[in-house]
Amino acid sequence: MQKKRVVLNYPSHLTDQPVISRLIKNYDLEINILRGWITPREQGRLVLEITGKRPALEAGMNYLKEMGVETQPLAQDVRWHEDRCTHCSACISICPTKALDIDRKRMEVSFHKDRCIACEGCIPVCPYQAMEILF
Amino acid sequence: MAKTIEEINERIKKGKAVVFTAEEIIDYAAEKGIKKAAQEVDVVTTGTFGPMCSSGAYFNVGHTKPRIKLGGGRTYLNDVPVYTGLAAVDLFLGATAMPDDDPRNKIFPGRFAYGGGHVIEELVAGKDVRLTATAYGTDCYPRKTLETYISLKDMNEAVLFNIRNAYQNYNVAVNLSDKVIYTYMGVLQPKMGNANYCSAGQLSPLLNDPYYKTIGIGTRIFLGGGIGYVVGSGTQHNPNVKRTEGGVPKMGAGTLSVKGDLKMMSPKWLRGTSLTGYGATLTVGIGIPIPILDEEILRYTMVRDEEIYAQVVDYSEAYPQCIPGSLGEVNYRELRSGKISVQGKEVPTAGLSSYFKAREIAEILKEWIEAGKFFLTNPVEPIPSVDSGIVFKSLKERPIKKR
Ligand code: SF4
Ligand code: SF4
Repeated sequence: MQKKRVVLNYPSHLTDQPVISRLIKNYDLEINILRGWITPREQGRLVLEITGKRPALEAGMNYLKEMGVETQPLAQDVRWHEDRCTHCSACISICPTKALDIDRKRMEVSFHKDRCIACEGCIPVCPYQAMEILF
Repeated sequence: MAKTIEEINERIKKGKAVVFTAEEIIDYAAEKGIKKAAQEVDVVTTGTFGPMCSSGAYFNVGHTKPRIKLGGGRTYLNDVPVYTGLAAVDLFLGATAMPDDDPRNKIFPGRFAYGGGHVIEELVAGKDVRLTATAYGTDCYPRKTLETYISLKDMNEAVLFNIRNAYQNYNVAVNLSDKVIYTYMGVLQPKMGNANYCSAGQLSPLLNDPYYKTIGIGTRIFLGGGIGYVVGSGTQHNPNVKRTEGGVPKMGAGTLSVKGDLKMMSPKWLRGTSLTGYGATLTVGIGIPIPILDEEILRYTMVRDEEIYAQVVDYSEAYPQCIPGSLGEVNYRELRSGKISVQGKEVPTAGLSSYFKAREIAEILKEWIEAGKFFLTNPVEPIPSVDSGIVFKSLKERPIKKR
């Protein structure tokens, strides 16, 4: 089994189509919706965690591509600007997944992309604009 | 045997000074014994790196041709207003100033993405900023408008001058209400969802010299990556608070006013800071050397995080309404562990002051001293201590009579 976190951008003509349910049914994938919203231009945005066998996952991603849904790995969207980070630790108690973590001995903060669910919790909390979400 | 600053400086000159950071000295002195360590060790270096709102800088930008009197007019640096109530081309920029058209908290919570602190960071980074001004014009200063780029190297003087920095201890902020609040202590989650603290604890300058026995007017320090000096005690300096047996204040107490040549500083140690829903400010890096003149002074520098206590204060009601009292006392070891217990509830903690950077500052200052690049000074005058009789006042309002 493999797990993948992806951001789906889909064009307005697809927002009323059962894309996700087909993805679940036809490809035997388990899907966990982390976030979802419609942008001002009526495009759909979904952040998914998809779990399934590797070939099924690949087939599912292909299906999305054919349907005209743009996908990108989630971690690309949240950036930790290490040079701006002061290791103040203000974000540590807010981050729900320990994507922002701290080595208590050194009091050094680090960012683990793979754990980030793009919840945006850290954005208003970071006083140094070190966290950036690019959508 | 007591040492003198002159003797320590002699050792620094010869490259023989023994220097420890305020973190390293704890175990070293415990192992060696206080007597021996006090003889051996010359200096203990401290550090702190946190948002410090009462910071700012003054500039002399040089005269234009024809001359303009900025004094009494309106002047901006990158759209951030500066204080012009001075002579023709002297300006003061405060860390919390923000552009006139910043929406503040109109769209709540405001972001405060750019303010005086950010201008200082950009200037120190060597960048050009926009100097724009309007003036009223006089016979000797006829010009009325000015728009130009300017950088630090163009200016005659650029001096960081902070009237309150390096707070000796601080509150731990929580939120007892049932909605998120946005404070100068960060974003506080409802029902005590988190607790924010702001001190470098055992590394913090004034917590290592609790009675101000060595830090005084004229003390040479690490300031913003360059060299600065203690000007005196800072505003709200309040030595008369509850202290532990070891003399460490259990709440905000002493403060320092500091200054230094901005042209020698670095954007790494002066950072523009945005506190969502609260405002813009400047994060300042300060490191102060403590000369180990005798055993007593050494003992103060051995203070550990578990011996430094802070008060947990509710920022939803008690703080804004000035209701005295504390929800409990916690120490910095607990705070830095990531959770504290307040009235039986486990609360996750987060810092606003960077311990990691505080340690780096203490280490840099140590290197400077070891390399013979930084010498200690005898204070010209001590700053007021517990015997000063200072009483911290609130503003007693006296309604203005309407005629
Ligand atoms: S976006 Fe959320 S999960 Fe990702 S780092 Fe920020 S707080 Fe953590
Ligand atoms: S709040 Fe920002 S600056 Fe502070 S540790 Fe987190 S990412 Fe770094």
